[in-house]
Amino acid sequence: MSTENKLPQYAICILEEQTQLTLDDLCHACSVRAEQIIELVDLGVLEPLGREPWKFGGASLHRARIALRLHHDLDIDLAGAALALELLDEIESLRARLRVLGGNY
Amino acid sequence: MEYKDYYKIMGVARNATQDEIKRAYRKLARKYHPDVSKEADAEARFKELGEAYEVLKDAEKRAAYDQLGANWKGGQEFSPPPNWNSGFEFSGGSAGDAADFSDFFASLFGREFRAGGTGRTPPHAKGEDHHAKVLIDLEDSYQGATRTITLRVPMVDSQGHVVTKDRVLNVTIPKGIRAGQHIRLSGQGSPGAAQGAAGDLYLEIEFRPHPLYRIDGRDLYLDLPVTPWEAALGATVKVPTPGGIIELKIPEGSGSGRKLRLKERGIPGDPPGDLYVMLAIALPPADTEAARDLYRKMAQELNFNPRAKLGV
Repeated sequence: MSTENKLPQYAICILEEQTQLTLDDLCHACSVRAEQIIELVDLGVLEPLGREPWKFGGASLHRARIALRLHHDLDIDLAGAALALELLDEIESLRARLRVLGGNY
Repeated sequence: MEYKDYYKIMGVARNATQDEIKRAYRKLARKYHPDVSKEADAEARFKELGEAYEVLKDAEKRAAYDQLGANWKGGQEFSPPPNWNSGFEFSGGSAGDAADFSDFFASLFGREFRAGGTGRTPPHAKGEDHHAKVLIDLEDSYQGATRTITLRVPMVDSQGHVVTKDRVLNVTIPKGIRAGQHIRLSGQGSPGAAQGAAGDLYLEIEFRPHPLYRIDGRDLYLDLPVTPWEAALGATVKVPTPGGIIELKIPEGSGSGRKLRLKERGIPGDPPGDLYVMLAIALPPADTEAARDLYRKMAQELNFNPRAKLGV
């Protein structure tokens, strides 16, 4: 067939479904110290699965990165970033409903 | 390279105070932050804004930039004047996310600002993770697919210049993946330090708009036009689904907007999504005498007031 078959294939997984992350994984992926991840847990942005040692669902990574980016880029504290994230979630679910109704959102 | 009009990018006058510049930056940063804004070019605007602010917030860099003069226009072909930089010494400091700054910035303020000042790397440090978005079609998720994607990766060459290289990857799109989910390719990010593992590559999945279906998670929505008699009397009609054409029974007495659920005909998964068919009654045009006669006959014979609920 074409050249694309000569390219190597990679082991992949769907982050949100097949992955559990440790506190260390999250710190590394977000390039932050553990205190900031712990603060995001205290604020309810991230919810660990079960008790210590903490494990996080794959979706936590995306949420943590958005909260930390907002915190860093817009000079707002993590509580403010948590509020923004909740509002963004709400906007996204409203957009999803509009899409279902047939708009282009 | 192109001249960048940092004042115009920030929407401030050339004689703006540092406070005005800071306020303008904060306001625009909220507007164009890629996590907040849905504008297509938000990311580019945000980067451009960061670069402009990096220069204008810093008295030394701003003075140096101002020295180029006010006669340049954004986008104009530019090369730094001879002896550029001779009278200035930049105290530097970390430029934060400067890796994406333009060549224009780099030619004025040097490449060292672009490195981002990460400091010394411990020998066990894991390489950086990379993040990118991939656009796929609904069919790719429905059946699973292998897609060739090209990533533009900034790299530092032997002279310390940042160059962009194309990296081509063959990626398996797992069956059932949803918009907004991420594929993780272990070890496909930046190489680690001497004894460190390589970082990972994360691909965020986005769907191209589909001509037929609207997508919500794993559920699909399809508008299905039906005739008034199909809706009134019931009928079996052909309906496209991502898995192929099927026959759907329209129940007798269906109204416009009725939602019929085809269980597990959406995007596969655990649980699989459903396909919702929304009936839309299409009126035949009254463009022949025979058609007009039929409408007249209905008007005479059907005792129907669609506005009864409005009290008229």
